[in-house]
Amino acid sequence: MSASRLPYQSWRRLGANALPWLLPLLILGAWEYAARSGLLSTRVLPEPWAVVKAAWHLVQTGEMWANLKVSAGRAFAGLAIGGGLGLLLGLLTGLFVPAQVALDTTLQMLRNIPPLAMIPLVILWFGIDEGAKLFLVALGVFFPLYLNTFHGIRTVDRNLIEMARSYGLSGWRLYRDVILPGALPSILVGLRFSLGLMWVLLIVAETISSSSGIGYMTMNAREFLQTDVVLVGILLYALLGKIADVAAKGLERVCLRWHPSYQ
Amino acid sequence: MSAAVRTQLLRDSAPAGREQPVVGASVPTPDRNGLAVSIRGLEKHYGERQVLRGLSLDIARGSFVAIVGRSGCGKSTLLRIVAGLEQADGGRLEIGAASACPACEDRPEVRLMFQDARLLPWKSVIDNVRLGLPRSALPAARDALRDVGLEDREKDWPAALSGGQRQRVALARALVHRPQLLLLDEPLGALDALTRIEMHALIERLWREHGFTALLVTHDVQEAVALADRVVVIEEGAIGLDQALGLARPRARGSQEFAALENRVLTRVLQQHGVDPGAPATAAEQVDALRLEGVRWVI
Ligand SMILES: Nc1ncnc2c1ncn2[C@@H]1O[C@H](COP(=O)(O)OP(=O)(O)OP(=O)(O)O)[C@@H](O)[C@H]1O
Ligand SMILES: [Mg+2]
Repeated sequence: MSASRLPYQSWRRLGANALPWLLPLLILGAWEYAARSGLLSTRVLPEPWAVVKAAWHLVQTGEMWANLKVSAGRAFAGLAIGGGLGLLLGLLTGLFVPAQVALDTTLQMLRNIPPLAMIPLVILWFGIDEGAKLFLVALGVFFPLYLNTFHGIRTVDRNLIEMARSYGLSGWRLYRDVILPGALPSILVGLRFSLGLMWVLLIVAETISSSSGIGYMTMNAREFLQTDVVLVGILLYALLGKIADVAAKGLERVCLRWHPSYQ
Repeated sequence: MSAAVRTQLLRDSAPAGREQPVVGASVPTPDRNGLAVSIRGLEKHYGERQVLRGLSLDIARGSFVAIVGRSGCGKSTLLRIVAGLEQADGGRLEIGAASACPACEDRPEVRLMFQDARLLPWKSVIDNVRLGLPRSALPAARDALRDVGLEDREKDWPAALSGGQRQRVALARALVHRPQLLLLDEPLGALDALTRIEMHALIERLWREHGFTALLVTHDVQEAVALADRVVVIEEGAIGLDQALGLARPRARGSQEFAALENRVLTRVLQQHGVDPGAPATAAEQVDALRLEGVRWVI
């Protein structure tokens, strides 16, 4: 009896695993059919197969890799500058009350300005070269990291700090063993927000103007009505975003092994 | 009592930045005995609210004293002052003045065990136990863990432990420092009845083996009577009842003497609660009957 139940169970499991993929596959099939039969103009959307071919072509010419490198480089340089600064200032204002009094109000006011609203000013200041893109990305990623670092440090359990002090921890050891690990979950949440914003800002910055990078590749293709290349660009952005998110989650899993939600 | 604010004879006065003796420097001798504590006219207020009003208490070295009293009467405050986490507003506190240990010139080793275990969740059990100690203290930390019966959990995260196990880790963390005075602030408050009884046996054994002076705050009169040499009731910021317990150890919770002593302390605490001042005895007796049933059930 149980022998006949088992296959049924495993079929069900297979079905449950396959079901979420059914709809995307159907859509892909319908899209391919519509494009081939001429229902869908290639000026609106190329057939999926054409996108694959375009991607392969870009890989072969080396264009894809070159542009990917440029875009990723911009994104992570912006993250390093803006995020690093946010982390640093967050630590400073979180740990030292005078720094908080001096800086926090100003930063909280600036935080209300959407980074994209700065574009006209950024173009005036930096023109349309690399500096503008870096500034925009850095500005966007700064605040999530700053706010979450500050908040994380401020909400470290006072009781744990008191306990640690009573066991002789002070100064650097107190920061290293108690305050920073206590703030880490919040800092990592900030990092994930920053990563999300990083790609959005990069896409906007590269779309406005650039002579290299994925944004350049797509805008260039648009002029020549190469919708397949445009689609490759969009998918590349999606892929990069996904990779960054997976990396951030992995980092959380490693750094927060002790956390009940990762056990 | 003189109003002179003179607290902490043997210890420096800054409570927050108070540095504990670095244990690496003074490897404790195993037989350093308990410390005597002498408290005279201790005063403490938070803003307008006077919490301790001239509280005086003498604790003999190596003895086990339990403090009971209604919630908010200042038990934790007293313990925190003795532990140096809080500053008194007046009175005198001497720790170790009567200690017949002229050889140990280092500062008295006072440890406080909190109601919540206060383990660092991001450190493994063993790293929690050797918090603030040099690497060389690792064997000592292992010994302390073995003392509380958790030697096989040293690599686990605190989140993976039960409440009672966490309190045992906290106890081990205090024990590595070879405390001469161990302050316990309702350490078993959050545990279930059976775990509490196990912990009672553990604490009593460790107290006997290590010879420290123990000062236990508890809500549970039965716990106080089971463990202590003396039960002290705090009322209105001072000592109300000071009851010596001449019970032999190990103590049988069901015995007549035990019940009589428990009854006596309980009656006193209940009067504090203002249970029907017209007929305090009957009210107390009723509650007591309930308690005694509980005792039989437990045994
Ligand atoms: N940091 C503080 N600031 C202001 N008031 C305080 C502070 N700590 C304690 N108190 C007050 O002092 C009084 C005694 O507090 P304490 O914590 O010593 O009570 P307790 O006897 O330990 O009570 P419980 O049995 O509920 O733990 C309470 O009324 C409390 O409100
Ligand atoms: Mg308390």
